[in-house]
Amino acid sequence: MRVGLFIPCYVDQFYPQVAIATLQLLEKLGCQVLYPLNQTCCGQPMANSGFEHLTHGCNALFVKNFSGFDYIVSPSGSCVLHIKDHLHDKDEPAAKNIRDSIYELSEFLVDVLKVEQLDASFPHKVGVHQSCHGQRGLKISQMSELVAAPFSKPGKLLGMVSGLELIELDRRDECCGFGGTFCVAEEAVSAKMGKDRVKDHVQHGAEFITGADMSCLMHLEGILKRQNSKVRVKHIAEILNGE
Amino acid sequence: MSDNANNTTTHAALSKKFNADEPRVDWHDETLWFVRSKRDKAANALPEWEELRETASQIKNNVLSNMSGYLQQFEEKARQNGMVIHWAPDAKAHNEIVLSILKRHGVDRMVKSKSMLTEECHLNQYLQQNGVEVIDTDLGERIVQMRQEPPSHIVLPAIHLKKQDVSDTFHEHLHTEKGNNDPQFLTNAARLHLREKFLTRKAALTGVNFAIAETGEFVVCTNEGNADMGAHLADVHIACMGFEKIIPQRKHLGVFLRLLARSATGQPVTTYSSHFKKPRQGQEVHIVIVDNGRSTQLGRKDFRNSLKCIRCAACFNTCPVYRRSGGHSYHTAIAGPIGSILAPNLDIKQYADLPFASTLCGSCSNVCPVKIDIHDQLYKWRQVIGKQGYAGKAKAISMQGMAFTLAHPSMYKVAGKAGRWFLRNTPFLLNNKLNPWYHQREMPASPKESFADWYKKNRQPNNE
Ligand code: SF4
Repeated sequence: MRVGLFIPCYVDQFYPQVAIATLQLLEKLGCQVLYPLNQTCCGQPMANSGFEHLTHGCNALFVKNFSGFDYIVSPSGSCVLHIKDHLHDKDEPAAKNIRDSIYELSEFLVDVLKVEQLDASFPHKVGVHQSCHGQRGLKISQMSELVAAPFSKPGKLLGMVSGLELIELDRRDECCGFGGTFCVAEEAVSAKMGKDRVKDHVQHGAEFITGADMSCLMHLEGILKRQNSKVRVKHIAEILNGE
Repeated sequence: MSDNANNTTTHAALSKKFNADEPRVDWHDETLWFVRSKRDKAANALPEWEELRETASQIKNNVLSNMSGYLQQFEEKARQNGMVIHWAPDAKAHNEIVLSILKRHGVDRMVKSKSMLTEECHLNQYLQQNGVEVIDTDLGERIVQMRQEPPSHIVLPAIHLKKQDVSDTFHEHLHTEKGNNDPQFLTNAARLHLREKFLTRKAALTGVNFAIAETGEFVVCTNEGNADMGAHLADVHIACMGFEKIIPQRKHLGVFLRLLARSATGQPVTTYSSHFKKPRQGQEVHIVIVDNGRSTQLGRKDFRNSLKCIRCAACFNTCPVYRRSGGHSYHTAIAGPIGSILAPNLDIKQYADLPFASTLCGSCSNVCPVKIDIHDQLYKWRQVIGKQGYAGKAKAISMQGMAFTLAHPSMYKVAGKAGRWFLRNTPFLLNNKLNPWYHQREMPASPKESFADWYKKNRQPNNE
C-alpha cells in the first residue's frame, strides 16, 4: 500500500518529531510511505481568511504532489478536512481522487488499517483534546451536542497503549480557541479559550495533553509554557509510535 | 477587517474589553454553559431528538421554497379571522406602520414584549423620537432598557448582568433599597412597577414565534406571560414578525414547540404558548409582516437557510466565543453565531468582522434545532468578504504573497531554515507588528532541522 505523507507546513518546521513518528508508525504497520518533497501547505490559512479564491496555485501543487497514491495520510485533522471540503483543480478527477483518499492519521489507523493492537507503552495520565475539525468535521469522535451513540477513534487507539490512563474532562469537546488566524485576530478570546481548556486538563490531573491536531496543541503548549506548567503536549502519533 | 485593527467597534476590540475582567468572563461562560448543559439533558431525554431536528429542518426548507404562497395564505386566513395585515419592506416602513396605528388610536404609551424584530428595526428609539413611551415588559428587557443598553442575548437579554448590577439599576430607576441583591425582592419590585404599566397602557406590541398559514393564527412563546398580559389588557394588539416565521400547518407546531424550549433553556415547553387567532370584542389586532433584507437573504443560495432560524439561542449558549465575549461585542441586535451570518446580509461593510468572530468549531450547527449549517455559512461569508474587498487591503496583499509562496515550492524553500519563513509569514503572525500570539502564549521552539531535512537524510540519503 503506497501512502503519501502530507505534513502540514508548521509541523514540518516546528514539530518534525510528530512527522517522524507518523512516518515510522505507518511503516511499522506495513505501509510504504513517501513524502513528496515539493509539498507546502493545504491552503487553509488563506481560505479561512476569506481568500479561497487565491488558492488555485496551492491546490494545483497539492494535486501534483499527491496524485497516484493509494492513500494520503496526515497527522492533522484540520488540514485533512480542508482538503476534503475544498480541494478543487482544473484536473477535477484528480482532485476528487485526493479528496476521497485523504485521511487523518487516527481514522486511517482505525478505518483503513483496522489496527487492533499496538506495541506502545505510555505510563501517564493523559487528557485528550478533541480538535473540532477532526471531531465535528471528520467525525473521528462522537460530538457532545448530538443525541447519538458515543465512539472515539483516537480513544480506541489510546486504549491500546499500555499503562496509559485517560482522564475525564468537564467539557469533553470544547474548542481550544486556536482557530487559525483567529488566534491573533481575536487574541483575547482565543487565549482565554486556551487557558480554560488547559485548566480543565490540569484540574483533572493530566500529565500530558494529546490530540490529533498539532495546531491546537501548539496553542495549548504556548499557554502551558507561559504558565510554567509541568504538563506537556504530545501528538497522538508520538504516543502510538511508542516513545 | 485588518485595516480596522484599531477600530474600537469590531468584535475583536469589544471582546478584548470584555475580557479585561476575567472573573466576570468566567462567570458569563459558566452561566451560559449551564444553560447549554440543561439543553443537553433535555435533548437526551428524547431518543427521537435528531429525527425531530431533521423534521423541523425539512418543514422549514419547504417554507423557504414556497414562501410567497404560504404568506398569501396566511394573510387571507388572518383577514378572515378579523386581523389586520400590514406589509413592511424594511425597518423604516415597519416603524412607520406601528406609529401610524398608535396615532390613529391616540396612544402615546405602549407596552412591548418578546420582540427581537423591534430591536432589529430600532423601534424604541423611533417611537420615543415621535413622542411615544415604550415599556419593555419582560424582566430582562426592562432591565436593559432602563440601562439604555441593547439586549446581549435573544432569549436572556440581561444575561451579561449580575444580581448586583440589577440591584443598582433598580435602585436608580425604581428607588429600591440600595444594595439589596435578593432576586425575589428585585423581581417583586419589577412586578409592581410593570403591573401599573399594564393596567394603564391601551396598546401592546408582541413578537411572533410561529405564524400558521393554514389557520391565520399566530403563536407567541414566553415564560413570563407578559405578552398575554399586555395583549389581553390592551385595546390594540400589534404583532410584528419577520416573514420567515411562517409554518404551513398547525400540526407542525408540535415539532417546533418541542424543540424550541428544550433548545433554549432545557424546559420541555415554554410556560406560555399563546395562540392568537381573532381579536376579542372591541379589540384590534394588527400583524406587521417585515422583510427588511429577508428576501435578499432568501435569494442567496449559500445563505438562505439562515432564515430557518427559530431564535432559540442554543447556538449562542454553546458558542465558546460568545460565552467569552458577551453579546454586545457583536454590535448588532442579534448576536452570536446566527447573528454573524444574518448581519452581513444587512450591511456587509459594517459587519465584515463578524464572520471572523468564530473558530469554525461547528458546535453551533450541531445544536441548532432546525439544522442551519451555521459554521459553513460563516466560512462562506468570509469568502464573500475577501472577494469583495472588505477584508482590508493589508490582508489582501499579504494573502497574495502567501498564495504565491505556497504555490511555488522553490520560493517556499529559499525562505530558509526551519521556522524562518514561518516566523515571518504564518497566519498567526500575519499582519501585526506586536505579535499578539506572544501576549499570553510562548512561541513554539525552533528545532534544529525541519522534517523535510530529516527525511532527505534518513529516507533518501542518495538524493542529498
Ligand atoms: S440558528 Fe439555530 S440554534 Fe441559533 S438561534 Fe436560530 S434556531 Fe436557534
